[in-house]
Amino acid sequence: MRVIVVGAGIVGAAVARELARAGAEVIVLDRSASAGGTSAAGEGNLLVSDKGPGAELDLALRSLALWQGLLPEIAESFPSIEYEAKGGLVVATTEAGAAALRAFAATQRTAGVESSEVNGLDHEPDLNPEHTAAVLYPQDAQVQPAIATEALLADARRHGATVRQGVEALGPLRSGDRLTGVITSAGPLAADHVVVAAGPWSGEVSERLGVTLPVRPRRGTILVTTRMRPRIRHKVYDADYVGAVGSNDASLQTSSVVESTAAGTVLIGSSRERRGFDESIEARVLSAVAAKALVLFPFLSGVAVMRAYGGFRPFVPDHLPVIGPDPRLTGLWHATGHEGAGIVLSTATGELLTDLMVGRPPTLDPAAFAVDRPTLLPHLQPA
Amino acid sequence: MSVETPDVLVVGAGPAGLAAADAARRAGAQVVLLDAAGDAGGQYWRHLPAERPAADERVLHHGWDKFTALRGQELLTDAQVWLAERHDDRPPTLHVLVGPADGNERTPRTFAPKALVLATGAYERTLPFPGWDLPGVFTAGAAQALAKAERIAVGRRVLVAGAGPFLLPVASSLLRTGAGVVGVFEANGWSRLRKAWTARPAELLSTRHKAGELAGYVRDLARNRIPYRTGTAVIAAHGTDRVTAVTVARLDPEWAPVPGTERRLDVDAVCVSHGFVPRTELAVSAGCGLDAYGAVVTDENGRTSVPGVYAAGEITGIGGADLALAEGVIAGLAAANAATTSAASTSAAGTANVGVTEEQRRARRDNQRFADRLERAHGIRPGWAGWLGDDTVVCRCEEVTAGDLKAGAAATGSRGLRSLKLSTRAGLGVCQGRVCGRTVEELLHRHTGGLLDPGRTASRPLAAFVRMGELAAANHPEESA
Ligand SMILES: Cc1cc2nc3c(=O)[nH]c(=O)nc-3n(C[C@H](O)[C@H](O)[C@H](O)COP(=O)(O)OP(=O)(O)OC[C@H]3O[C@@H](n4cnc5c(N)ncnc54)[C@H](O)[C@@H]3O)c2cc1C
Ligand SMILES: Cc1cc2nc3c(=O)[nH]c(=O)nc-3n(C[C@H](O)[C@H](O)[C@H](O)COP(=O)(O)OP(=O)(O)OC[C@H]3O[C@@H](n4cnc5c(N)ncnc54)[C@H](O)[C@@H]3O)c2cc1C
Repeated sequence: MRVIVVGAGIVGAAVARELARAGAEVIVLDRSASAGGTSAAGEGNLLVSDKGPGAELDLALRSLALWQGLLPEIAESFPSIEYEAKGGLVVATTEAGAAALRAFAATQRTAGVESSEVNGLDHEPDLNPEHTAAVLYPQDAQVQPAIATEALLADARRHGATVRQGVEALGPLRSGDRLTGVITSAGPLAADHVVVAAGPWSGEVSERLGVTLPVRPRRGTILVTTRMRPRIRHKVYDADYVGAVGSNDASLQTSSVVESTAAGTVLIGSSRERRGFDESIEARVLSAVAAKALVLFPFLSGVAVMRAYGGFRPFVPDHLPVIGPDPRLTGLWHATGHEGAGIVLSTATGELLTDLMVGRPPTLDPAAFAVDRPTLLPHLQPA
Repeated sequence: MSVETPDVLVVGAGPAGLAAADAARRAGAQVVLLDAAGDAGGQYWRHLPAERPAADERVLHHGWDKFTALRGQELLTDAQVWLAERHDDRPPTLHVLVGPADGNERTPRTFAPKALVLATGAYERTLPFPGWDLPGVFTAGAAQALAKAERIAVGRRVLVAGAGPFLLPVASSLLRTGAGVVGVFEANGWSRLRKAWTARPAELLSTRHKAGELAGYVRDLARNRIPYRTGTAVIAAHGTDRVTAVTVARLDPEWAPVPGTERRLDVDAVCVSHGFVPRTELAVSAGCGLDAYGAVVTDENGRTSVPGVYAAGEITGIGGADLALAEGVIAGLAAANAATTSAASTSAAGTANVGVTEEQRRARRDNQRFADRLERAHGIRPGWAGWLGDDTVVCRCEEVTAGDLKAGAAATGSRGLRSLKLSTRAGLGVCQGRVCGRTVEELLHRHTGGLLDPGRTASRPLAAFVRMGELAAANHPEESA
C-alpha cells in the first residue's frame, strides 16, 4: 500500500510515522521545507487543561499517552525535542472567573483530567498575588514543536518513508471516480491513498484535489523575551484562554499563556484573530498580548522582548479536527483542522488515521472527526 | 496616543538620512528626522562627545565640512523605531520609543508619514574563524568607533584584516590613536583587485576624490611602514583570556586557505571585517522588495516597491559615504515631492522629474559604479568555510558551532532554515542573527543541498528590544485607529 501525505508539518509527520510503522510505503510531500509552516510558528504546549469533556479531550488524552510512549523511540541520535511534563497552572483574575474555572475543572475531572485547586504562590512565587483562584493541571506538558516534527519525520524515514521537500501538490490523478495519486511540481505520483495534512492550506489543497474542505487560518502572535533566570515554572495561563479557544469571533482576542523554554527565554502568547493569511505584526496586538501577561506576572514589565512571531492556526467551523477518509472521493483522506492544538493532537491523529486506513480497530471513536459529521456537513458545499 | 503625520519621515541620521532630510526640507516639506543614536553622523561621522571637542576632527573625519553643514538640522535623537506596520499601498505606520534605551522613561510616539525615507545603514559582517570570540578580536567598525569617538587605542600590535577598502581608514584611525598596526591583510588577491579597480579607469575619474581618499590611506600605511598584504587572511586567533597571536594564511581566489602557507603572528588585538549586510528590518516589515544580496531595491529616484517608501544609503547596497549622500539627496527630493503633491499625480509620474538636477543624478550614477567595483573587487567568496573547524563557534549568542549546524542538518534532513534554526538554536539569541545570520544561512545552504526558505534571518519584525511594560503601554487599539 502506497500513501502520499501532503504536508510535512507535525500532523503530516505523525501520520507518516504511524503509517510507515504499520508497513505502508509512505511519501511525504511539502512544497517548502519540513517543519516550515504552522508547526514552526507556534508554541509547543501539550495541554489537556484547556479542553472540556468531549471528543477533542479524548484525542488529547490519548495523544499525551502516545507522546510519552514515543519519547524513547525518537530520542535516538537527535536533538532533544525538549519534552517537559511541567504541568499547567490556570489562574483566574476575577471572582466570576474563579467560579467558572472551578466549575470547568470539576467537569474535566469526570473525563480524566487531573487537577487540584492550589495556592498559586506556592507554585509560582512571582505570580500576581491579586489573583482569585489557581488550578494545577499536572498532565500538561510541552515540546519544541519544530524539533518534534523533525523527530517524527526522522522516525518515519527509519521505517521506510520518503520525505520530498520542495515538491508541491498541484492536482489530482484520477481513475474514474477514484483518486489514484497527485500531480506534483515534480511530476505525477501514483498512490493508493492521499492524505491532506497541509495545515491552514488544507482547504486549498483539497480544492486542488477536487473537494471542498472549510479549513481557514486564524492568526496568532507570540512574544519572546531575552533569556532570564528561570522564574516561571509551569505553563501559566489565564482562565479567559478557555473562552477564546472555542470562540467563533473573528475579531482580536487575547489570553495569556506564559511559559519558559529550555533555552531560558519566556514565550508569551497569544492572540487569536481571523484575518486571512496576513502576516503583518501590529503594535495593537503585541500591546494587548503584553498587557494580559503583566496581569499574571507583573515582574515581566521590565523584561525585554527580542522577537515577535506568528502563524495561522488551521480551523474548521465546528472547531474539531478532521481525521479520516473523504466519502466524496475514494482514495482521499484528511488529517487537518487542529487549530491551536495540532502539536498535542498530532500523535493520536496519526494513530487514528492509520487505524482506519489499515483496518485496525480504532482506539478512539472516529465518528466525531469524520469529514461528513453533522456539524461539518453544511460546510462541505462549494462556496 | 496621537499619530503624527509629517510630510516626510527620515529614519537614520547617517550620511544618507542627513542628506535626505536636508534635501526634503529645502524642497519645502515638513520633515521629521530621527535616529536611535544620541547624535547625528551614523556609521561614518563618529565624533567626540560634545564635552571633549578635538581640534583635528577634519583629519579624523573625511568630509567633516559637509557634515558640519548637514548636522545643523533638527534631529530627534535617542529615537528607536521598533516596529513598522505594513500597509502595502502607502508607507507603514512607525512605532518609536524616544529616550535613552537603558532608561525607564522612554516616550512612545507613532508616525504615519506621507512619505518615508529609510536610511538605516548596514551591519558589518565578520566571518567566523577559530578564536574569533576571544577578547581582543574586534570588528573593524567597533575598533574604528573606539578610535574616533573615544580616542582609545585598541592595542599595541594590532592586525587589521578582512576585505574591502574600508580596512584602510580603520588602520589610519588606529594609527592616530597611537595604536601599533602590524599589517592590513586583504583577503582578495592582486589580480582580482587590479581587474576590478583598473577596468575602465575613466569611470573612476568622476569619483577621483574617493580614489584619492583611499590613496591617502595607502600613503599613511606606507609612511608608517605598515605592510598591506593581499590574498591573505586571519584563519585563527589564539590566546586564553585574550588574543595573543593569530594564524594567517594565503588564500586562493575563492578564499580557500592554501595549505602550507600558515604563519603565526604575535598580536594583542585583531580588527576584522569582511563586508556589510544591509539593515533591512524596517524595510522588510514595510513590505519593500529586496535583491539577491538582501539590499532594498530602488529605482533611480530611490523609490522602493512600496508606494511612498524611499530608501537611501547602505540599506540599498554598499558603496561608501559619498554614494549614501548622493542617494540621500535624491530620495529626499523625491519623497518631498511625493508628499507635497497629490497621490494620483505622483504615482502616474513614475520616473518624471522630482526636482533632482542632472548633476545630482550623475553623482549618484558615478558613485554607484564605484559601489559596483567594490563588490567586484572585495565581495566575499565561498572558500572561507575552509578555515572553520567543527568546534568553531558560529552563533556566539547561543554558542552554536559549525559542527552543530552540520549535525543538525544531517540528523533532521530538513532543508528549512526556520526548522534548522529552531533545532540548532543558531541565530535565536540576543543578536537575533544580526551578527551570524548570513553565515548560518550560507553554511546550512551547503549542508542541506539548498535551503528552500532562505532569507528568513532578515525578517525581524521587532527592529529593537522593547520592554514588556513599554509594549503594554505602547498602543491601544481604540486610540490609534
Ligand atoms: C501562535 C500559535 C500558537 C500555537 N500554540 C500551540 C500549542 O501551544 N500547542 C499546540 O498543540 N498547538 C499550537 N498551535 C497549533 C499548531 O501549531 C497547529 O495546529 C499545527 O502546527 C498544525 O500542523 P499541521 O501539520 O497541520 O500544519 P503545518 O505545520 O502548517 O504543515 C502544513 C504543511 O503543508 C505544506 N503545504 C501547504 N500546501 C501544500 C501543497 N500544495 N503541497 C505540498 N505541501 C503543502 C506547508 O508547506 C506546510 O509545511 C499554535 C498555533 C499558532 C499559530
Ligand atoms: C569601519 C568602517 C569604515 C568606513 N570607512 C569609510 C571610508 O573611509 N569612506 C567611506 O566612504 N565610507 C566608509 N565607510 C562606510 C560608511 O560608513 C557608510 O557608507 C555610510 O555610513 C553609510 O551611510 P548611511 O547613512 O547609509 O548609514 P549609517 O551611517 O550606518 O547610518 C544609519 C543610521 O540609522 C540609524 N538607525 C538604524 N536603524 C534604526 C532604527 N530602527 N531606529 C532609529 N534609527 C535607526 C542608526 O542609528 C544610524 O545612525 C566605513 C564603514 C565602516 C564600518
